[in-house]
Amino acid sequence: MNVGTRAIAAAAVAVAGMAGTAAQAQDKTLTLCWAAWDPANALVELSKDFEAKSGIKMKFEFVPWPNFADRMLNELNSGGKLCDLMIGDSQWIGAGAESGHYIKLNDFFAANGIDMANFVPATVTGYAEWPKGTPNYWALPAFGDVVGWTYRKDWFERPEIQAAFKEQYGRDLTPPQTFAELMDIAKFFQGREIDGKKVYGASIYTERGSEGITMGVMDVLYSFGFEYQNPEKPYDMQGFVNSPGAVAGLEYYKALYDCCTAPGASNTYMGEGIDAYKSGQVALQMNFAFTWPGFEVDPNVGGGKTGYLVNPAGPDGKRFAQLGGQGISVVSYSEKQADALEYIKWFAQPDVQEKWWSMGGFSTLRSVVENPSFAKSQPYAQTYLDSMAIVKDFWADPSYATLLQDAQKRFHDYVVAGNGTAQEALDGLVQDWTTVFEDDGKL
Amino acid sequence: MAETPIDRLARNTPASVAHRVRGLSDRAIAWAFVTPTILLLLAINIFPLIWTIRLSFTNFRANRPNEPVEFVGLRNYQRILTDPDIWHTMQATAHFLFWTLFFQVVIGFGLAWLINRKFKGNDLLTTLIVLPMMLSPAVVGNFWTFLYQPQIGLFNYAVEFLTGGSVAASSFTMLGSVELAPWAIVIVDTWMWTPFVMLICLAGLRSIPDYIYEAAEVDRASKWRQFWTMTVPLVLPFLMLAVLFRGIENFKMFDLVVQLTGGGPGDTTLLTSIELKREAFEKWRTGFSSAYAIILFVTVFGLASIYVKALNKVKER
Repeated sequence: MNVGTRAIAAAAVAVAGMAGTAAQAQDKTLTLCWAAWDPANALVELSKDFEAKSGIKMKFEFVPWPNFADRMLNELNSGGKLCDLMIGDSQWIGAGAESGHYIKLNDFFAANGIDMANFVPATVTGYAEWPKGTPNYWALPAFGDVVGWTYRKDWFERPEIQAAFKEQYGRDLTPPQTFAELMDIAKFFQGREIDGKKVYGASIYTERGSEGITMGVMDVLYSFGFEYQNPEKPYDMQGFVNSPGAVAGLEYYKALYDCCTAPGASNTYMGEGIDAYKSGQVALQMNFAFTWPGFEVDPNVGGGKTGYLVNPAGPDGKRFAQLGGQGISVVSYSEKQADALEYIKWFAQPDVQEKWWSMGGFSTLRSVVENPSFAKSQPYAQTYLDSMAIVKDFWADPSYATLLQDAQKRFHDYVVAGNGTAQEALDGLVQDWTTVFEDDGKL
Repeated sequence: MAETPIDRLARNTPASVAHRVRGLSDRAIAWAFVTPTILLLLAINIFPLIWTIRLSFTNFRANRPNEPVEFVGLRNYQRILTDPDIWHTMQATAHFLFWTLFFQVVIGFGLAWLINRKFKGNDLLTTLIVLPMMLSPAVVGNFWTFLYQPQIGLFNYAVEFLTGGSVAASSFTMLGSVELAPWAIVIVDTWMWTPFVMLICLAGLRSIPDYIYEAAEVDRASKWRQFWTMTVPLVLPFLMLAVLFRGIENFKMFDLVVQLTGGGPGDTTLLTSIELKREAFEKWRTGFSSAYAIILFVTVFGLASIYVKALNKVKER
């Protein structure tokens, strides 16, 4: 082989090698699993920056909310390799950690300078820690969310409506600060004719199949004095779950459902709430904060027609809200854990989080949300901040699905079906939950 | 005579193999053909059944494979049979089963009887009637939730129209009312599956030879008598078959009801299959749900066996 031939052969090998490397980079893909909703679409856009930077192609597996837990928990429980990254619901963290579905991220965080102190504390506890209150991290807070309320600001500001309200209740029509005020306002709007259309008081969660009614009821119960357990004695629920305050809270929720929701609102959750609000059917709407960016750009309720409210206070002035949102975890069954960790490292960067917020993703990085300009950046930004400061979450125990289904059954049976009393519903819930913890050997 | 492919295969079979096959008895050859099927059945039917029975006596949870599995004896069975909530789902299932079968048989047979006559547009009408059963249950469930919507739903407006306005459309909610929700799911299933019963009845009616009716006419039997003494007995085996198929299907009804009510309000429309799915794949109480599945299996198997015996007796008559 002469020199020329050798040179050509070497060049061919080099070109082939380079092509191989490029093809390899192109072949690298990561699959991220999440719920199918607006923030997921924003994440698809955001992730294009990661693709450009890393050469790793992102694939997404999104499942609608009512089937999300069902589908993804089956995937995790069966050791499936579909998802490399999972943005799982906050309550999954216990099962994710104890059943070995997620990899522990402490060492990775330490090695890459990711400090959990840089994130909103409630979201670290809610989305990342297991056991709660310990520095064991299984996720990076990805999307902050909380239940709050929206109201038709344009209706509230109409002089004729204000006059009618003042005449009926002897005070000005202002956004409700307590649940008692919220009830009055909902009653006031119920059946009222506005712009030639009959409207209703409020849209609240009543969905039976997945988690809807529990999220709604809990959002109210916390401010009425509900506690999951005795703070001094874990899993001791008698007198806490069914305390007089909790009973009053559940009665309130049923009264609100009976008096002030639209006919047929017996199985409604996030999607139905959005529809009811956007179509001008209701004056008040309970929903997670993720829905708020969508209202701002809606032709019917956007452009200043919508106001945003932190959950009102209960009878004793206590004020809490149901935590939503999720953390992003690396699935332990994934064969691409290194790439998945690379994605988390990229996602944790302040500039990426800044862009995430601007695209409609609710960042929980403190440098973003504590920026002086943050509160004015969106009409709902301050409400989001205030709400995230008062959150509580449902059990994140490994048996959370059983605990949730028990609550769904008890709450729907009382609130929607009208069976029994609030006291009986909560007493029954204590029994159900006690059985679960006994079966788990925790009692 | 031209050589067939089988002849060619026989000619090309090596002598050693041919000798061995010739040495097999008829019974051995029969076993050779049947064995793969039996093995397949054992693998996909019998083994899972035995495994389920085994699991039903344990506290196994499929989502916690690392936890030790304990033998709990009959505790799962005892819990199920003494749980009032589970008895409630059994009652809800029985209500759904009875009334859907009743309406589907009565309306299905009636439609088949009417459509069996020769008239213009018969074929088109038959096609239109069977359309609902060709739809996906998820789609049917979804659009019936709109039909039942108190403010925009056609069903509620139809009720208002038919009652002359005395029942306002928005004054009742089919899916949110404890009294009406069980009937709401019966109505949808009847709408969807009556055509199936109709088709089977139609097959039965068309299998009756005309000469029987001609003989009855000659004997001056009234139409009423012809119907009760000839049509009904001759169609009965077909009708019973339709009831068997629909009964088994509706005992495991899941998708339509989940889409319509999710089992609510409360547990009003919580059928056994929905409850079983929640126990098995949401709560992951695998041992408990295995016991539940075995109880349901024994119930369906027992009822179906009795029913098939009755069906055979009717056929023999």
